[in-house]
Amino acid sequence: MSEGHFGRAAFLPGSLPVAAGRALPSRRRSQDLGDRIFAFCAYFAGLFVLVLLGSIIVLLFIGGLPAFRAFGFHFLVSPEWNPVTERFGALVSIYGTVASSLLALLLAVPLAFGVAFFLTELAPAWMRRPVGTAIELLAAVPSIIYGMWGFFILAPAIGHTVKPWLASTLGQLPGVSGIFRGAPGDASIFTAAVVLAVMITPFIAATMRDVFLSVPVIFKESAFGLGCTPWEVMARVVLPYTRTSVVGGVMLGLGRALGETMAVTFVIGNTNRISPNLFAPGNTIASLVALEFPEAEGGSLQLSSLLALGFILFVISFVVLAISRTLLVQRVRQ
Amino acid sequence: MTHNRPVATFAIYVCTASAMLMSGGRGVHAQAITGAGSTFAQPIYQAWADTSKASTGVTLNYQGVGSGAGQKLVVQRTVDFGASDAPMAADKLASSKLMQFPAVVGAVDIAFNLPGVATDRLRLTGGLVAGIYLGTITKWNDPAIAKINIGLKLPDLAIAPVYRADGSGTTFVFTSYLSKVSADFKSKVGADKAVSWPAGTGAKGTAGVAGAVKNTPGAIGYVESAYVTPQNRLTTAELQGHDGHFVRPTLASFAVAAAGADWANAQNFAVDLNDQPGAGAWPIVSATFVLLPTNPTDPAKGAAVLKFFDWAFNNGDATAKTLQYVALPATVKAQIRTAWKSLAK
Repeated sequence: MSEGHFGRAAFLPGSLPVAAGRALPSRRRSQDLGDRIFAFCAYFAGLFVLVLLGSIIVLLFIGGLPAFRAFGFHFLVSPEWNPVTERFGALVSIYGTVASSLLALLLAVPLAFGVAFFLTELAPAWMRRPVGTAIELLAAVPSIIYGMWGFFILAPAIGHTVKPWLASTLGQLPGVSGIFRGAPGDASIFTAAVVLAVMITPFIAATMRDVFLSVPVIFKESAFGLGCTPWEVMARVVLPYTRTSVVGGVMLGLGRALGETMAVTFVIGNTNRISPNLFAPGNTIASLVALEFPEAEGGSLQLSSLLALGFILFVISFVVLAISRTLLVQRVRQ
Repeated sequence: MTHNRPVATFAIYVCTASAMLMSGGRGVHAQAITGAGSTFAQPIYQAWADTSKASTGVTLNYQGVGSGAGQKLVVQRTVDFGASDAPMAADKLASSKLMQFPAVVGAVDIAFNLPGVATDRLRLTGGLVAGIYLGTITKWNDPAIAKINIGLKLPDLAIAPVYRADGSGTTFVFTSYLSKVSADFKSKVGADKAVSWPAGTGAKGTAGVAGAVKNTPGAIGYVESAYVTPQNRLTTAELQGHDGHFVRPTLASFAVAAAGADWANAQNFAVDLNDQPGAGAWPIVSATFVLLPTNPTDPAKGAAVLKFFDWAFNNGDATAKTLQYVALPATVKAQIRTAWKSLAK
């Protein structure tokens, strides 16, 4: 989130001579040198990030090239992942990645919106700081902690309560019964989505709170003056004003959910099958790569396919982040 | 997620640094060697290293990075020896200039979670386990299971097979066994460190499999026997041996399997210990292997590796036993020493 400010705060070498020209002549030269060194370091830091990003993409692509060559477009649409016969396809893990992340968004966005709404409009002043800090701290919990919590506590709890309840209610409806029907075992795409939702809610809530606070007070006061309720102010003034930034914040959460590895690996079941059933186990790109990478032999098609999966995940995350960046930038320019 | 790798790298640095510090104080004869690979064999190598240090002067820095990674690292000569649960193919050994020998023998147990059924009360055959993992046997009260478990009340409960989701030597041993006893499993799944499972769910690591089995009534899983301890409270099944009798997973039944194998005629000691004939032989058994460069970049370190394993073969059997591994038969150790001699020339 703080990266957004970096562009504006970045050092502009073009403005150097003007500033230096006002300094005393005796100190001018040495200051000039210091500025130059700083400018060089700043340039180097900026370029380094670009080169790093570029080389990761290129190396992943080169590493995955044998798999792309061997399977072609088929790699993207084949549900097969068989290290024995060396037939690899990305469909199941792409499906699992996208399904668990979208489901997590579906659960996290309303919750995060509620938190942000409460903090900016409803909460008494003394509560705002501690709750806001608590949310930021939640965002800093390491993912392995969420993974263990999901594995030992959440997964059995969902298996014993939510799963039978959904199976006996929504699972009885014609048409959607296949989605909510139970499956043996506690690990599932649904469990992974709940863990992910808990993980990304603080991110989305913190972004939403910040952009809600950026709404000029005079707009809100005017609406309140017209007799609007807090909900009407939120729905008619704050949300329309911050719409793009809110979507940008949601996209940031989605980006994190897509790449999450450890927490998901613990609870998703790591199974290479596609099932419409929410309670069936699945797989994600990040967890499949993390699990099979250490035992994949150097130069094998399996290793190349894992690198190709990494490249695909990079592309998906890049698209999501690019969309969020564009939306956030639009907001800044308004 | 991305935080884990730098942390792991840092941990390796710290370990290496502290190993160096410790070895530094041991005088001129101290020789530090590095090894990497099998996580299955990590506890025994670590224990041997700790006890042998005083007498051999060799300090071992061993990293359990997985058998596949261990093979990679020794082929690149990043480490002084590699450790792998699956034997390396003969042509790859030759092209990478490596010699292979077994270090210890270990077994794989079948763990299950059936309310009211205790350890050794459930009997299974290789064919039944293959059927369960193929998804053709789905209920615990399946007639095929009931037939060999007369007197046991089997519930009408779905079987939830659990497998290792991460690439693993344990999976290699287990799928090799199932492929050996079931033609169906061999043609549909096959044997490898990671396979395409037609049924069940995957869990990360031995601890993950054990946890999932304990959490889920009706679950069945496979874990290294070293992991089955009273503290872990895993219930394990009896399995039908090659001669038709039902065998319990004990050190004695693993040793029968290790002793009965045809080591003398196995190329590079790559002997298959699964489903060995002999009364009372546990059927899922495997050796774990050491990969040693025949042209070490530093001959002194190559010699130190041999010194370490020579010590282990002489003095390490008791340690192996406490960690639930089976020591190699004396005849096999003698064969390995002969192979070392040809290496030294």
